[in-house]
Amino acid sequence: MKKPEKVLVLGSGGLKIGQAGEFDYSGSQALKALREEGVKTILINPNIATIQTSEGMADSTYFLPLTPEFVRKVIEKERPDGILLAFGGQTALNCGIQLYDEGILYKYGVEVLGTSVDAIRLTEDRELFAEKLHSIGAKTPRSVAAVSVEEAKNAAVEIGYPVMVRAAFALGGAGSGLCKNEKQLASRCEKAFSLSPQVLVEEWLGGWKEVEYEVVRDRFDNCITVCNMENFDPLGIHTGESIVVAPSQTLTDREYHMLRQVALQVIRSIGIVGECNIQYALDPASEEYRIIEVNARLSRSSALASKATGYPLAYVAAKLALGASLVEIPNKITVATKSCFEPALDYCVVKIPRWDLSKFKEVDTRLGSEMKSVGEVMSIGRTFEEALQKAIRMTGMGARGLSDEARLLGPDFESLKTALRQPTDRRLFAVYRAFAEGWSVEAVHKATKIDPWFLGRIAAVRKIEEKLIEVGKGKKPRGQAYVELIRSAKRSGFSDEGLASILGQKEQDIRAFREAKGILPSVKQIDTLAAEFPAETNYLYLTYSGTKDDVSPSGAGVMVPGSGPYRIGSSVEFDWCCVNAIQTARKLGRRTIMVNCNPETVSTDYDVCDRLYFEELSLERVLDIYEFERPEGIILSMGGQIPNNLAMKLYDSGAVVLGTSSSNIDRAEDRNKFSALLDELGVDQPEWKDLTTADEAAQFAKSVGYPVLVRPSYVLSGAAMNVAWDEIRLRKFLSLATELSPEHPVVVSKFIENSKEIEIDAVASRGKILFHAITEHIENAGVHSGDATVVLPAQRLYIETIRQIRRITEKIAAELEITGPFNIQFIAQRNKIKVIECNLRASRSFPFCSKVSRVNMIDLATRAILNAELPKTSSSALDLPWVGVKAAQFSFSRLHGADPILGVEMASTGEVGCIGTDLDDAFMKAMLSVGYRIPKKNVLLSTGPLQDKIEFLDSAKKLTSMGYELFASGGTARFLNSNGLACTRLAWPLEKAEPNIATMLKAREFDLVINIPKNNEEKELKNDYLIRRAAVDFNIPLFTNIKVAKQFIDALESHKAKGFEIKAWEEYR
Amino acid sequence: MGSIKREAFLLLEDGSEFRGQAFGALRSSSGEVVFSTGMVGYPQSLTDPSYRGQILVLTYPLVGNYGVPAMKFDRYGIPLDFESEKIQVSGLVIAQLSEEPSHYSAKRSLSSWMEEEGIPGIAGIDTRALTQILRERGVMKGKIVVASSSAAGGQKAEQSLGEIQDLDETNPVAEVSCEVPKLYRTNPKAPTIALIDCGVKANILRIMLDRGANVLRLPWDSDLKGIDCDGIFISNGPGDPKTCTKTIASVRRALQGDTPIFGICLGNQILALAAGADTYKLPYGHRGQNQPALEVGSQRCFMTSQNHGYAVREESIPHGWEPWFVNANDGTIEGLRSRRRAFSAVQFHPEGCPGPRDTQFLLEDFIDEAARQSSNRRKA
Repeated sequence: MKKPEKVLVLGSGGLKIGQAGEFDYSGSQALKALREEGVKTILINPNIATIQTSEGMADSTYFLPLTPEFVRKVIEKERPDGILLAFGGQTALNCGIQLYDEGILYKYGVEVLGTSVDAIRLTEDRELFAEKLHSIGAKTPRSVAAVSVEEAKNAAVEIGYPVMVRAAFALGGAGSGLCKNEKQLASRCEKAFSLSPQVLVEEWLGGWKEVEYEVVRDRFDNCITVCNMENFDPLGIHTGESIVVAPSQTLTDREYHMLRQVALQVIRSIGIVGECNIQYALDPASEEYRIIEVNARLSRSSALASKATGYPLAYVAAKLALGASLVEIPNKITVATKSCFEPALDYCVVKIPRWDLSKFKEVDTRLGSEMKSVGEVMSIGRTFEEALQKAIRMTGMGARGLSDEARLLGPDFESLKTALRQPTDRRLFAVYRAFAEGWSVEAVHKATKIDPWFLGRIAAVRKIEEKLIEVGKGKKPRGQAYVELIRSAKRSGFSDEGLASILGQKEQDIRAFREAKGILPSVKQIDTLAAEFPAETNYLYLTYSGTKDDVSPSGAGVMVPGSGPYRIGSSVEFDWCCVNAIQTARKLGRRTIMVNCNPETVSTDYDVCDRLYFEELSLERVLDIYEFERPEGIILSMGGQIPNNLAMKLYDSGAVVLGTSSSNIDRAEDRNKFSALLDELGVDQPEWKDLTTADEAAQFAKSVGYPVLVRPSYVLSGAAMNVAWDEIRLRKFLSLATELSPEHPVVVSKFIENSKEIEIDAVASRGKILFHAITEHIENAGVHSGDATVVLPAQRLYIETIRQIRRITEKIAAELEITGPFNIQFIAQRNKIKVIECNLRASRSFPFCSKVSRVNMIDLATRAILNAELPKTSSSALDLPWVGVKAAQFSFSRLHGADPILGVEMASTGEVGCIGTDLDDAFMKAMLSVGYRIPKKNVLLSTGPLQDKIEFLDSAKKLTSMGYELFASGGTARFLNSNGLACTRLAWPLEKAEPNIATMLKAREFDLVINIPKNNEEKELKNDYLIRRAAVDFNIPLFTNIKVAKQFIDALESHKAKGFEIKAWEEYR
Repeated sequence: MGSIKREAFLLLEDGSEFRGQAFGALRSSSGEVVFSTGMVGYPQSLTDPSYRGQILVLTYPLVGNYGVPAMKFDRYGIPLDFESEKIQVSGLVIAQLSEEPSHYSAKRSLSSWMEEEGIPGIAGIDTRALTQILRERGVMKGKIVVASSSAAGGQKAEQSLGEIQDLDETNPVAEVSCEVPKLYRTNPKAPTIALIDCGVKANILRIMLDRGANVLRLPWDSDLKGIDCDGIFISNGPGDPKTCTKTIASVRRALQGDTPIFGICLGNQILALAAGADTYKLPYGHRGQNQPALEVGSQRCFMTSQNHGYAVREESIPHGWEPWFVNANDGTIEGLRSRRRAFSAVQFHPEGCPGPRDTQFLLEDFIDEAARQSSNRRKA
């Protein structure tokens, strides 16, 4: 096999539900592997916050949409001789298959490396797949493909209800679900057909065990399984939504090796070269199995398996794609051994998904065959209980581990029976609660179908808690027995904080007690071979089931806590910051210690840092590591809010916090202190107040005038933050969503309408600003900055505004003596500037600003923090001869029922950033990258209040002159007609009349929907909601913000005239 | 959980001491302490005759999860799910014991099985730390000592390590071999394999029988002279191969003929010794299910299950013989074969149990070779 010279790697775009950070990890590893082999690399990925799109990764990086059209353009320009499709999730795979089918790859002589397209297609087309598997005697669920609802109904009758319906070729199980009867089947099929022309009706295997194997094969037919994993939740819940344990816990040797053997047979017969994942259902009462799925690419599970075993699957897969054999590739962890082996684990790994369902209105919280989670955590322990409890805390859902607290059962909790039967994101707590209420393992198993082994371990945890509760009640056992109780609790994964709350003590007291008694965690290595060979591995975790540390303390270096699980509001951008901080510290000759618990990240690749602790980001654990390692200090400003929140506590515990001082971080974080500081500096801010009763809140709102922004400090359910437009809604919101008391006040602040939102990302050293980037939002203030469309450099600001922003920023930086990264958010009305937020840490836009400005702001910040020499850079990103646009990636299609509307609470799951010589070009590329399409013909408008209708008129005219046909709801149609624009009036969804908006949406007659919400009448709100939801469900591009819609139409006009600029990032200099 | 645990200690020859809780039979026991990195298959491992006399340390921390099945036999009268009819190890050392197993086939817990069979176990051990000691200092003798009274603070029984029987001096093969010859199936058309039982694992027998062979199972010290067969198989077994002088002599005579010979594990070492090669003790052996065996002269690498403490010295392989497989990790010999005749053996376990069976075809190839031999003989 001839080694290719230039290889195109396809990324996966913005993070979305079902396709998240794991592909930054796999793409980065592939690029590293290619680089080692001396192969030139081209990367297409609009996800600007990723490590893979950083300097030194690919030779050419294109921030372009991952669509066949754009990829073709890059191929035309770059002329690669090879392409990798397996490292960018389903997006890359689908894109590659299309290019192959269209003959583009053949035409330009681009060879698909690794697994062939034919083999991929075999795994993607269920009918071909089942045929192939049956030919080698492997078993699959009974399944019938259907291309119409009628066919699906017949198939269901043949197989027998309940049946599973899946959309073929869809990522993360989109459109799939259980149907118990014909009615459910019909509605499910309707949605599935909007995503895919083919629907599969399948045998239902509820209650079977779900087991996965990660398989690697080289072109010499060497084939191994790197890891097997067992789902805690039985079949029926998407593996991405399941708690997953590695290795399998309840499989015998016979079962383990039967499934392994089948995996090898299947993978050989399909002809995979590289990595692939195979999922099984295994009958808990016999050795019957079914193959559920084969993913002929790196996946979420393979990222997890990589981190769980220390076997670098993506790196190895890339080498195999280039023609290497497994026998040649060294084992990167042991160095002494080879990659042709199956890791032996001497620990237990637990993955728990992270959901953010409470951020959405109307969303369905039940779990099923589709993904809803936005991220995940992985924990490692030497008992299942330890790993499980650690993982629960890592998710950041506010639980101290397994706990029977009522609040953890979720706002929709009705009864234990339902909560156990009908899995939601809270079921684990319901299981624990059941044990607390005296249920037996058998009874919980009956309701949940979770294997009794797992349940038994959870029941054992409850037994320990019961003993602790007795102690809390004053029945303290004497002497050694008490010490042993605490030791067994720690071995079962209880945190100091958890013990403190059960025992009615303080966390510090528990810590002091166990330190005095020598109850300390041991540091253990992950070495892929269970200590059989000496390994120089730096991949570590802590456990209480140990008597010896595998490594000795560093005694030096810099510790960087990471950002934890990806969730709404904190995602790959903070991983980029952490990895860059580590890289700079290493360049400066410092030893680096990374702490993180997210298996989707690059920061948890053990070759990124000198020591990797795959651990909790809690005070207890960070302090454990700090006290063991004794580094020179901790950098808390890179991993977002989680590490930032530890600043004061770590400082109080005597740790050295590098960069801006902890007390100054506290001055910025504490609303009262910060407000006083702004007053002192003469900087304006929106009026606000801490309030403890609804009456006070109403009074304050009246005095400053509606609308007001309401921010409760303690949230029971629903959105944490909201805008109230009148007193009725203020009171309703306060009564529904919050607990108001002096301990839990609500912050009410004046919401300023029709103003611009501007941000500054900057780096300072001892209070002096080194570099800054001012960005503006296309949306008016009121849309969360994480959801906003952000432009750098700001294109439409007054010079005076910029001057004021700089002045204010300088003052704040000096006052807080900032050293390191920080971000301030402003709102501006004409030239009146108010500060709305200030964070003394890197913000989510740091990678975007760094990449667009070509000044690595994290490198600069890390140098400032470590007091190192600073490189010469410009002082700001103001005069760039190009424009960057950052756009939010939403996942509304995954969240059934959720209203796809933007507000003060963040709703996006990811982002992209594109660059162009002018705003329109960059903007349009960014929009196409997050899934918008250039509309072909019909556009539906309902443009909200009169003011917006007037504002939109010009854009409507542009649409007409570009040849688009306009459709509109009553008021909008009347308005457009009276202004001389042709437009077809349609009835609202709730009206019975035709032509109706709903009918046309269902028939997919529109190419674009612009629906600007109003804030008045209930009925109209409901109509608007129905339109928006239908647009999402039927996969029709939707704009709900007038500013973005207008900008889109401008960009459309510009695009029609000029086309797209296809330039690599490296060419913008 | 709940019941008060008896404290137990693991004492090693080098003076190391580990404290944990006793399970299984509450009695003390000694043996050579070895570790295995396999993650599944404790019923198979514990009954593997190759572990005879050894205290087994499992590096995977959670053990006993799926319990222990009932002792059942297949149609040949060979145990299913177990590799012999009883527990062969002297003791078991683990991190966490599952006392509430969950599996449809489980008939008892690991602890109660070991109790029935009189084998002690110790749980609550940092088996990773223990493994590191064995890896660095080599396998050594050790003893599980159960405290005389129950609960914490119980007195550690005064026990000396001197009582530990020396494995290398006794002949454990004699203990695990069958006492009298036994013939499994008599099909006049099928090839007959003379199986020298040094402690053969159940699944080896089963694979041979499933492949259609007649198997004549012979005690380890049987004389092959006068035995009419189409293939000679030398089984796995415990201990130092050099103690099996009678077997070596017998195989040496067989090498003069042209009946196909195949060996597994101890059988590999015996074949090598019979051919004139030498064997040596590895510092800590290979015990696990993930050992990569590279077929010499190819790019093929197989995942193998292994359980051995001795290896064939590469430099000693005589003229006319060649290495067949080598370990991809440490380069040790994993198999050898004659350049001229159908004599071969592998150090690993093609039959798995526990572990992968990616190389089961080797055993089947041997039966097929014996079948050819048989039909040739009949023609002649």
